[in-house]
Amino acid sequence: RLRNVRGKVRFMRYIYSVDKQYVGFATLPNQVHRKSVKKGFDFTLMVAGESGLGKSTLVNSLFLTDLYKDRKLLNAEERINQTVEITKHTVDIEEKGVKLKLTIVDTPGFGDAVNNNECWKPITDYIDQQFEQYFRDESGLNRKNILDNRVHCCLYFIPPFGHGLRPVDVEFMKALHEKVNIVPLISKADCLTPNEVKKLKDRVRDEIEHFGIKVYQFPECDSDEEEEFKQMDKELKECTPFAVIGSNTVVEARGQRVRGRLYPWGIVEVENQSHCDFVKLRNMLIRSHMHDLKDVTCDVHYENYRAHCIQEMTSKLAQDNRTDSPLPILPLPTPDVETERLIKMKDEELKRMQEMLEKMQQQMHEKDQ
Amino acid sequence: MAATDVDIFSNEEKRNLSLGGHVGFDSLPDQLVSKSVTQGFCFNILCVGETGIGKSTLMNTLFNTMFENEEASHYQNGVYLRPRTYDLQESNVHLKLTIVDTVGFGDQINKEESYKPIVDYIDTQFENYLQEELKIKRSLFNYHDTRIHICLYFIAPTGHSLKSLDLVTMKKLDSKVNIIPIIAKADTISKSELHKFKIKIMSELVSNGVQIYQFPTDDEAVTEINSSMNAHLPFAVVGSVEEVKVGNKTVRARQYPWGVVQVENESHCDFVKLREMLIRVNMEDLREQTHARHYELYRRCKLEEMGFKDTDPDSQPFSLQETYEAKRKEFLGDLQRKEEEMRQMFVNKVKETEGELKEKERELHEKFEQLKRMHQEEKRKVEEKRRELEEEMNAFNRRKVAAETLSLSQPLKKDKDKKKSVKTENQSGVNLSNSKVMMAKANMEPLNCQSWWQAIQCCTCLVHSDAWRQGLF
Repeated sequence: RLRNVRGKVRFMRYIYSVDKQYVGFATLPNQVHRKSVKKGFDFTLMVAGESGLGKSTLVNSLFLTDLYKDRKLLNAEERINQTVEITKHTVDIEEKGVKLKLTIVDTPGFGDAVNNNECWKPITDYIDQQFEQYFRDESGLNRKNILDNRVHCCLYFIPPFGHGLRPVDVEFMKALHEKVNIVPLISKADCLTPNEVKKLKDRVRDEIEHFGIKVYQFPECDSDEEEEFKQMDKELKECTPFAVIGSNTVVEARGQRVRGRLYPWGIVEVENQSHCDFVKLRNMLIRSHMHDLKDVTCDVHYENYRAHCIQEMTSKLAQDNRTDSPLPILPLPTPDVETERLIKMKDEELKRMQEMLEKMQQQMHEKDQ
Repeated sequence: MAATDVDIFSNEEKRNLSLGGHVGFDSLPDQLVSKSVTQGFCFNILCVGETGIGKSTLMNTLFNTMFENEEASHYQNGVYLRPRTYDLQESNVHLKLTIVDTVGFGDQINKEESYKPIVDYIDTQFENYLQEELKIKRSLFNYHDTRIHICLYFIAPTGHSLKSLDLVTMKKLDSKVNIIPIIAKADTISKSELHKFKIKIMSELVSNGVQIYQFPTDDEAVTEINSSMNAHLPFAVVGSVEEVKVGNKTVRARQYPWGVVQVENESHCDFVKLREMLIRVNMEDLREQTHARHYELYRRCKLEEMGFKDTDPDSQPFSLQETYEAKRKEFLGDLQRKEEEMRQMFVNKVKETEGELKEKERELHEKFEQLKRMHQEEKRKVEEKRRELEEEMNAFNRRKVAAETLSLSQPLKKDKDKKKSVKTENQSGVNLSNSKVMMAKANMEPLNCQSWWQAIQCCTCLVHSDAWRQGLF
C-alpha cells in the first residue's frame, strides 16, 4: 500500500488580501489547530530490548518524568526461564494547553532467558490484539468513543557491545516490521568513541538492508519546504540509527544543571548533540514526526491487518457457513460447492471421452491405409 | 610441581638440629628457579564472553602486544573454541601463552547448549594430560601442558545484575577451572552504579553457590595485597591499544568527546589490579591450583568411572594392573555379545525380506495366470465372431450367385448399369470382399447409431453417416 497521506499540519502565514475574491478558507489550518487542541492527542509508544540497555532511563529522559518509580528487577536466576510480559503505563501530560495521553508499553523479559525461541510472540500477539480490538470497534454500531490502543511506534534497543545486529535482533525486527513502525536505536552510546559509533551505525544500516527489514522511514520533504528544514531532514536521515544516552540524574556541567552522567573522566550531557543523538530522537519522535507515526500506523499497518483479516474471514465463511461474523459483510456470489464439484466432474468426463474418440479415429484411419 | 600440604616427615620422629656453619642448601630455590627459567613457562587463558565484548582487546592490552585476530561474526550457529599459542619473552623468561577464545558465545537465540563446547574443551585438555600420565613411556617434563589455568568471564555492563546465561555457564565451569569474573567495557558505568553492580553480582554468585577463584591469602608475602584485591572482585576493566596524549605523557586510553578514559589510571578502572593479580603475583598459584585441585578432581572422577578404586572390598590396596585386566575382559565380553546380537538381527532381517519377496512372486504369478485366461477368453470370442462373419459372407455370396443367375435370364441392357455399379463398388479403397459385405449391409440397414461405439459395430453408419466421418457425434 502506498503512503500517500501526509497529515501534517502546516502553519502558513496567509496574507489578508484586499481583493474581493478572497474566500477565506485559508483559515482552515487554524481551525484544525483549535479543534485538535480541544480534543487532545494520544500516543502509544512501545520499548523493546534486553534488560539493562537503558530503556526505562531513556523514556524518563524523553518525557522528563519518572514512570518507573517502584519497579522490581529480577535476579539472574529468576530470569533463566523467564517469559515475556507486556506492561502498560499511561500518563496524561500537558504542555502549553496541548494535552497528550501517553501510553508506554514495556516488554520486560524480552531476550533475557537462556532459550529465547520466539520470545517476540507475546509482543506480536499484543499488537494484533490491539488491531483486532480497533477493528471490532470500528465496525460496530456505536462508534462514538473508540479507544485507540494501537501501538504507534516501537523503539528497539540494540546493544552497543557487539559488532552489529545479533540473530535475536534480526528475528524480532522481521517479525514486527509489518505490524508497527520500528525505530532502531543504539543504546548506552557512551561506551563508544565517535569512530566506533560511526562504524556501528554503518554496520547496522547495512545489515538492516541486507536482511530486508523495513524500519520506519521519514517521509520525503516537500519540494517547497524551506532550505533549513530540508537540511535538518537530510541530517536526520543520515543519522539513523540514533545512538542515544539516557539519564535519570541532573548534574552540574559548564555552569548549568543538565541531565547527564558523571564519570571520573568527564561528564556526559544527554542533550549535547556532540555527545549523542538524544536530541535528534526527541525532535523526531515528539516534535516533528509524532503525527506521521500515527498516520503510518493507521494507513499502512492497520489497513494491512484489516484487509488480511477480512480475506481470511470471507474464505472461512464460504467453507463452513458460519453466520456469526463480527461485522456485516456482504456475502460474495460464490457458487454452491456441490454444483461446482459436479461441473468439474462432467468437464473431466467430456475431456476423457473426446480423447478416446480421437484415438479411435486415428486407429481407424491407419487401418484404412 | 604439585605442592602438597602434608608434612612429609610427620610420621617419623623429628629432631631439630642446629647448624654449625653455612652449608649452602639455601640455594635450592635458586636452583629450582634457574631450572624452570631454562625450561620456560606455559600459561593458558580461556576468555568467555559474548561477541564484541572486548576479549581480544583486553588480551592485547594485558600483554602489551597485538595478537592477530579477526572480528567474529554474530551469526555462528554454535559456540566454537579457538585456541592460539604464542611465544613471548620478557627479560630472559620465556612464556608459551595460549589464548582460547569462545566464538559465537551468546549470539544464538537458544543458548541452552552454549556451555557444552566450553566444558568439553576443558575436559579434553585434562584428558590429554591424563593419557600422557598413564602412558608406559611418558615424557611429562617435555609435555606441552594445554590445561586451562584461568578462565576470564566477561560480564556485560548492564548495571543491573548477571545475565541468566552468565549464571548458568559459570555454574558449569566453577568446578573445572579457576574463574575470575570481570566487568567488560566498564567505561559505561558511573562510579555509584559500579559499586551497586559489583555487590549485586557477588551476592548472586554466592547465593547460587558459584565458586570463583580466590587469591591465596596463606603466603605472608602476598596475603595483604591479595585479600584487598579479593574485595574488589569483579574487576571493572577497560581495554585499549590506542595511545592518547594526556598532559605530557602518551598513555593507552579511549578518547571521548567528554573526556579521556585512561586504561592504567586506577581511579578510572581496575585494569591495573587485574594485571597485578593475574600476571605479576598469582600466575604460578593459578597453575598450581589447576593441577592440584581441578585436574585431580577430574582424574579421580574419570578413574572412578572406569571402575578403579583405591582399595578393594577387603581393604587391600588394589593393583592398577589387575583392575585394568578385569576391565578389559569385561569389555571384550561386551563386544562379543553385541556382535552376536547384530548377527542375529541381520539373519532375521534377511529371512523377512526373503519371505516378502516370495509373497510378491506368488502374486505376480497369479496375475499372470489371470491375464492369460482373459486373453484366451477374448481370443475365443474373436474367433467366434470371425466364424459368424464368414458364415454371413457365404450366405451373401450364395444370394448373390442366385441373384446373378436370375439377372442373366433377364434383358441384357441392365447389365451395363450393374457393371457400373460393380465398378463403383470396386473403387472403394477397402478390401474387395469386405467392402462388398459392408455395402450390402449398408443398403439394407437404416442409419440409427447414436454413439460412436455403436457406429463402429454398425457398418451402415460407418459408411454413410456424415456425422461420423467428420468426427462429431
